[in-house]
Amino acid sequence: MSGSDLPGIVDHVVAQAQPGEQLEAFVSRGGETEVRVYQGDVEHFVDAQAEGIGIRVLRDGRTGFAYAGTLDPAAVDEVLADARDNVRFGTVDDWAGLAEPDGVEVTDQSLWSDELADFPTDRKIELAKELERLAVAADTRVRIDDANYSDAYGEAAVATTTGIRQWGRENGCYVTISTLADDGDETQTGFGFSVGRTPDVLDLERAAREGADRATRLLGATKPESARTTVVLDPLVTAQFLGIISSTLNGEAVVKGRSLFKDRLGDEVAPPFVHLIDDPTNPLAYTAVDVDGEGLAARRNALIDGGVLSRFTHNSYSARRAGTVSTGNATRGGFAGTPGVGALALSLEPGSRSQQEIVGDIDHGVLVQSVTGIHSGVNPISGDFSTGAAGLMIRKGAVAEPVREFTIASTLQRMLLGIVEVGADLDWLPMRAAGVSLVITDVTMSGE
Amino acid sequence: MIDQDVIERTLSVALRTGADFAEVYAEDKRNTSVSLDDGRIEQVTSGRDRGAGIRVIKGETTGFAHSSDLSESGLAEAARAAAAAASRGDGGARAVSLQPTTAHTVNTVDVLPETVPKVTKVEMLQRIDDAARSAGDEVVQVSAGYGDSRKRVLIANSEGVFVTDDIVRVLARISVVADGDAGMQTGFQSMGHTIGWEVFDPANDLYVDIDALARDAARQAIVKLGARPAPSGAMPVVIKNGTGGVLFHEACGHGLEADHIQKGASVYAGKTGELVASPLVTLVDDGTMAGEWGTLAVDDEGHETQRNVLIEDGVLTDYMWDHIRSRKAGRDPSGNGRRQSFMHLPMVRMTNTFVLDGPDDADEIVASTDHGVYVSHLGGGSVNTATGDFVFGMNEAYLIENGEITEPLREGNLIGNGPQVLRDIDMLADDFAMGNPGTCGKDGQGVPVGDGQPTLRVKSLTIGGTAA
Repeated sequence: MSGSDLPGIVDHVVAQAQPGEQLEAFVSRGGETEVRVYQGDVEHFVDAQAEGIGIRVLRDGRTGFAYAGTLDPAAVDEVLADARDNVRFGTVDDWAGLAEPDGVEVTDQSLWSDELADFPTDRKIELAKELERLAVAADTRVRIDDANYSDAYGEAAVATTTGIRQWGRENGCYVTISTLADDGDETQTGFGFSVGRTPDVLDLERAAREGADRATRLLGATKPESARTTVVLDPLVTAQFLGIISSTLNGEAVVKGRSLFKDRLGDEVAPPFVHLIDDPTNPLAYTAVDVDGEGLAARRNALIDGGVLSRFTHNSYSARRAGTVSTGNATRGGFAGTPGVGALALSLEPGSRSQQEIVGDIDHGVLVQSVTGIHSGVNPISGDFSTGAAGLMIRKGAVAEPVREFTIASTLQRMLLGIVEVGADLDWLPMRAAGVSLVITDVTMSGE
Repeated sequence: MIDQDVIERTLSVALRTGADFAEVYAEDKRNTSVSLDDGRIEQVTSGRDRGAGIRVIKGETTGFAHSSDLSESGLAEAARAAAAAASRGDGGARAVSLQPTTAHTVNTVDVLPETVPKVTKVEMLQRIDDAARSAGDEVVQVSAGYGDSRKRVLIANSEGVFVTDDIVRVLARISVVADGDAGMQTGFQSMGHTIGWEVFDPANDLYVDIDALARDAARQAIVKLGARPAPSGAMPVVIKNGTGGVLFHEACGHGLEADHIQKGASVYAGKTGELVASPLVTLVDDGTMAGEWGTLAVDDEGHETQRNVLIEDGVLTDYMWDHIRSRKAGRDPSGNGRRQSFMHLPMVRMTNTFVLDGPDDADEIVASTDHGVYVSHLGGGSVNTATGDFVFGMNEAYLIENGEITEPLREGNLIGNGPQVLRDIDMLADDFAMGNPGTCGKDGQGVPVGDGQPTLRVKSLTIGGTAA
């Protein structure tokens, strides 16, 4: 377990477990640098580190938890005492318990780069400045709101009285740019980004070009007529859509009766060519991990298989309650929280045609390039889906005028059944889902 | 928390590379939370966060570093890191002399939540569960959360500011799921104040009847079981008092933040003195409202909060300012510099943002609307400040037909353009109320904000439903 001091800290806590007590200690330490450049100068430079510990105690089916944003030994003792005190107030839950080793082999991922860890500060600033220059040069109508280089590292250790003992570390870097495009009185905005495990794979050209394109392509956009039509979701939008779908397949929501798919395992919920896979062992995924938030091996799970709802995501609690085993989908927001459940690296199995070929077959529709308010207008419990959108009209097999300030609406159930094609353009994005062009029929577009 | 002479020496270290400005923001925060779900107290959580953020400004560049080590050596290390981040030069030594001040009092706390036994907090959630479940057989699931926090802060800077504050917050939220023939529906309610446990005492001015709040969340979910799909397209929208302040937060609040203004990334840039809204609209951001969720004695840069009139009778009067942006504009800050924690840089943020009463009667507004939508609970939203385009969700809404509120509607988003909507407010009632506590997200940081408004009508907004 490397030369890190973190495994020793969790071992020390777990060794203090009293008879009849289950105990879990999770510690993490991380840091980030963020460089923001504006008009050729550094606007801010942030150099930040944080560390902390969370301790979960279970006794007689009751759970207590406490955390602190420090690894100071006195504070760690206080956290353990607080967690023990908090146990008294929990309700007895027969399914409560920590994860137990399940024999599933860990797929090693290369999540750490020494090259990034040693990357000099001056080069970070240069990258942000270069990105700003490229975006300004991409189009005369473009100006910059901010250009950023960021990197982050983190290491974490978890140990339990049930035999879990894991340590890992990872780092990564990214550049982002926020753009503005002006034409007369009108201003539109865009953004671009590039992500990598090492700085040399950052594609500044692409981030700058996409930032400029996103801002300029909406200049002159109008509000469309309301219509019931076909939508083509751009890869980035599809990734957001898949994130919402995955929350309905969350095992915790299922066992607590909060999923609209709760009684539907084995049902056809999408056409037969739809395969929705969660696979954090795929090294192409930016969110690839070796172990989940409880320290179990991450693994590949088919959630929708040939259009059939085949599996929900579970952590050890939801699995025990559902009478099944953990799918390795425990999530953890950091030392200040206890494990939840969630998809880790989703993707749809791609089809065979490009977005352009797909659009060529559509007589009337809209290519949705961005959505807003997806979290305020989508209810994963009722299934209602309504989101603000912007993009390009599709007329007679070709993209036409830009449109904005409209919504697209349907229900999640109808949208899955209404999928008519998945594109070939699978694109891994810095989120828990990969993007791909997705065609859905019979969606309501509200505008004028 | 930290002695004045230690802070003075820390600031001197931070200024050593010739910086113009240095600041220490230290916090010591303790919180307790309780979560209930599925009829069980899932867990009680105790948390502690402690540390200091050090900001150094030289020219146009800000350097920032933070540390969870509040010893003099820990602070000095963070000060050197922040100074190095801001510049690579050497400006020699500069002493700092602090002038301790006492901030004005905006909130009075009678019962510190930390003195209330945990079991009392647990029992309150169990009461919420009972109240929500007894609202109807349709209620199938209830989850509720309670949280309190006490954050002690110390803010000092090289201009002599040295001020401390003690911020107490109490929050509760309730989510209810109801099940019917047409599937499940949800209801939500929440409360939050910057005072202590006395908020649950009926004798208090800001008293919250937690059982009534739970029953209301259940009522919302049950009513929606019979809801029809929301309409699609543009129509008049009436927004109930105390439920739609988020409209102003999104439609114009963010666009009036001076950082967006100075970068030319707001539709309101260069519009001071111009008519930007219906003459009915007076918009205020006020960090001093006793006990409200966005209230603070001093902002997170040590400036006293104040009441700022942003739009008066439809005319844009001023923007909101933090230290950096006001310095650049050569004016005083407005008490709007805020940050999520010691780990974050401050920026321009709202506090409590609201629209004052107008001349109309709420019932009359509905009665004079032939066909439209009545929104009685708005959800979250977001805005693009450069274009003014915004969206927000309708958690509870009804159809208005022939001047009467009729059938409930399923959820959907509303979409509009900020400057257009401000001009399109054609009726404003005299029944002002504050709304639910909010968390405003900007640049990855969340801060507590309040909002409020009287019942009002927007003559045209686009409803993002599925019905014709």
